[in-house]
Amino acid sequence: MKFKPMSAIAALALSVPTLGMADADDDTLVINGEIEIVTKTAAPAHLEDALDEVISGWHFRDDATQAMEMDDFDNPGMLYVEAATEVWNTVEGSEGKSCASCHGDVEESMKGVKAVYPKWNEAAGEVRNLQMQFNDCRTNRMGAEAWKYDAGPAKNMEALITSVSRGMPVNVAIDGPAKAMWEKGKEMYYTRTGQLDLSCASCHEENYGNMIRADHLSQGQTNGFPVYRLKNAKLTTPQGRFKGCVRDTRAETYKPGSEDFLALELYVASRGNGLSVEGPSVRN
Amino acid sequence: MASGVKPRVKAPKKAAAGETVTLKTLISHKMESGQRKNKDGSIIPRSIINRFTCEFNGKSVIDVTMEPAISTNPYFEFEAVVPEAGEFKFTWYDDDGSVYEESKKVEVA
Repeated sequence: MKFKPMSAIAALALSVPTLGMADADDDTLVINGEIEIVTKTAAPAHLEDALDEVISGWHFRDDATQAMEMDDFDNPGMLYVEAATEVWNTVEGSEGKSCASCHGDVEESMKGVKAVYPKWNEAAGEVRNLQMQFNDCRTNRMGAEAWKYDAGPAKNMEALITSVSRGMPVNVAIDGPAKAMWEKGKEMYYTRTGQLDLSCASCHEENYGNMIRADHLSQGQTNGFPVYRLKNAKLTTPQGRFKGCVRDTRAETYKPGSEDFLALELYVASRGNGLSVEGPSVRN
Repeated sequence: MASGVKPRVKAPKKAAAGETVTLKTLISHKMESGQRKNKDGSIIPRSIINRFTCEFNGKSVIDVTMEPAISTNPYFEFEAVVPEAGEFKFTWYDDDGSVYEESKKVEVA
């Protein structure tokens, strides 16, 4: 009687190596039948020594999850975009202004913005991501309260501003005044942390296409962020995701909204230069 | 009363007589299962959409009993035959007694 279960285990063990491969597929992504998304392209020059091709995380998901992103009606992330569109047109704060009072139609005024963020802000003398930029608008121009980092309305607004740039190539500047921040982010990317002694590169550069336990490892590109994750039915921003990743290496994480994660956000975004803005995307 | 509830329907505006069309529906709703507890340990009361129906010119197309295990923002995609021009009527029934309705006219070309 003992023989049968033993042989079943042996057979399972033999089949594991074939399960270990989880390469990117060759599907093509067109959203709503009109927005063509570049999901694979030659790696940007600064990645020459590391990667030949950069690949959107979309390729590492199964067909059903991929399909959800091909029609806005099926993409639950668009519900948050819809909610933020209302906020865009709502007057708030002491100055009696809404986002629309200055910026008009979001689809025109914000087109292309996400593609170049995080970005150096000359007046402020710092690198800013979208949340920092629109919070500056809220406090200084609208006289409204800043949203807490990664709070619901902030993530929604990030999704709205991202959605109007879909299909445009990510083109984050890594030279000039942003360079110091970028170098810091790069160092973080390659630094091993935590009890598991893993760097971002350990998984997302050296092992993309392989399995990490039951899940596929992608290149960790952020062109699809903010992403709607099926596992918790919520939007996740790049820094929120970083927190999860760093925690999984069993390290103390940085705070979303901190300068450390901003540097990493800038560096990781630059690794996707050339891929299309895709957010809000759908992942599991 | 559940907040932020909004029904959405995607249906073709035109169809050939006798054509089978695909209908997509989604209602934003938190679908609180009644199984979860909040921080102080008390149960968060159940609040779900418990029934969804679709009719075409008064004739039933689909009638669904919905249970607490269904995820937030329930989505249904199904097919219907359009025998003549008319109107699809979609109805969602909330635990709290609210009824949400949406309708879509279809022309027959």
